[in-house]
Amino acid sequence: MSALKGDQRSIARIISEVEYFNPSSSEILLELMKMSGYSHVIGITGAPGSGKSTLIARLIDEFRSKDLKVAVIAVDPSSPFSHGALMGNRIRMQKHATDPKVFIRSLATRGYRGGISAATLALVEVFDGLGYDKILIETIGVGQTDIDIMHAAHTIVVLVNPGTGDEIQALKAGIMEIGDIYVISKADKPEAEDAFKQVLFGIEGGILGQESDWKPTVLKVSAMMGQGIKELADKIDEHLEYAKKSNRFYQQIKSRRLQTLKSSLSWFIENKLEDSLKSNADLNNIIEQVKSGQESPYNAVLKIVKKLF
Amino acid sequence: MGRNASLLSTQTELAPKRRIKVLVAKLGLDGHDRGAKVVARALKDAGMEVVYTGIRQTPEQVVNAAIQEDVDAIGISILSGAHMALIPRVMQMLKEKGIDDILVTVGGTIPTDDIVKLKSIGVAEVFIPGTPLSEIIEFIKNNVKRKQ
Repeated sequence: MSALKGDQRSIARIISEVEYFNPSSSEILLELMKMSGYSHVIGITGAPGSGKSTLIARLIDEFRSKDLKVAVIAVDPSSPFSHGALMGNRIRMQKHATDPKVFIRSLATRGYRGGISAATLALVEVFDGLGYDKILIETIGVGQTDIDIMHAAHTIVVLVNPGTGDEIQALKAGIMEIGDIYVISKADKPEAEDAFKQVLFGIEGGILGQESDWKPTVLKVSAMMGQGIKELADKIDEHLEYAKKSNRFYQQIKSRRLQTLKSSLSWFIENKLEDSLKSNADLNNIIEQVKSGQESPYNAVLKIVKKLF
Repeated sequence: MGRNASLLSTQTELAPKRRIKVLVAKLGLDGHDRGAKVVARALKDAGMEVVYTGIRQTPEQVVNAAIQEDVDAIGISILSGAHMALIPRVMQMLKEKGIDDILVTVGGTIPTDDIVKLKSIGVAEVFIPGTPLSEIIEFIKNNVKRKQ
C-alpha cells in the first residue's frame, strides 16, 4: 500500500473512501485497524473563535521539532440549509502544508451532532494505522454539550476564551468537565487572568476534570505570541505518560472504537428513520395526527417504534 | 451472497451523499480576499464543501492542500498581476504529480490574452470581475471530473 510509504495522494483517497462509508472502505479500515493502537490522540476543543486552529499550528511546530509525524483532523459544521460547508481551519496551519510529515484534513459534520462527525473517529483509525505519532482532532466550535471528543481522544485540551462569562460558567456541566488540560487562550488579553483564576478554582475544588487519578491543569497560552506553547506541549506529553502507566491509553482506544461503531450506527439509524417517516404511509398518518393535535407525541413514539423495530 | 448484496445496497443508500469539495485559495502576495470569500460563501450556499486556505499561498501550498483534502476543484483567486508567473507553476506541479482529475478555475483581473494562455495550459475557466456567482457555481457543478 503506497499510503503506508507516506504517499499523500493515496492517503487522501483512503480517507475519502472511509469518510463516505464507501463499500470498499470496510476492508481498508479493518486492515489499518490491525496496525493501529499506537498513536497519541489529542482532542482540541473550545467555543468558536477560542483559538483552536492557531494553537494546533503551534503544537505542530513543537511536535515537528521532535521529528514526530503529525495528522490533523479539523472539523467544521455543515449548513443545515444547503448542507454545504465553509471550512477555514487550515488557514492557520498552511505553513505546514508542504511538510511531508504533516497531514491535515478538513471534515464537515454532515448533520452529525456532538462536535465531531461520525467519520472523524474512523479517520483516527486510518491515521493511527498509517503510523502517525500524534493525531490532533480539532472539534467544531463547541457548545456546552458537544462532548463526543471525550470518547475518542487520549488527552483532551479544553480552550477557554477569556471574557466570555462569570465564574459560574466555569462550573457548569458538559464541556467544562471533560478537560485533562485547560488552556486559557489569548493570554495576552487582560481578561485572561480572571478566566485563569476561575478555572483554577474549579480544578482545586475538584469540580472540573474527569474522574481519574489525573489532576487537570490550567495553563495560560498566547498562540499568537507563541507564549506557553512549550509548557503546553510538555504537559500533553506528561499526560500521555500518565495515560500509558494507568492503562487509560488502551481503554481509550477501546472506547474510541466503540464510539466509532455507535456514532456510525446512530447516523445510519437516524437516516433510515428519516427515510421511513417520509416514505411509509402508516407512519406519515401518525405524524399528521400529531401535527393536528389528535394524537399525543408520546403515544406516537410508541406506535412508531413498534412499527419499526 | 444475497444478504451481503442487500447490506451493501443499504450502505450505499444511507451513506452521506458525496458533495463537491472545492479548495479556494489566494495565490501570491496580494491580500485582496473579499472576492475569494464571497465565492467561497456562495459555493457553500450551493451545497458544496469548501476549504478556504487564506491569503498569500505559494503554488506548493495550494497543490499540497488540494491533494490532502482530495478536492474535486481548485478555485484560485489572484489580483496581483502575477498570474502568469504563479498559475503555470500550479499546473506544472499537478501534472508532475499525475493529477488530471482536479478542475482548476481562476478568478481575478486577468487580461484577455492571458486567459487564452492559461486555458492552453489546462485552466478550465477564468472568471473576470463582474461574473455572476451563479455562473461560477454552474460551471463547477457541470465540469468536475469525478462522479458525485
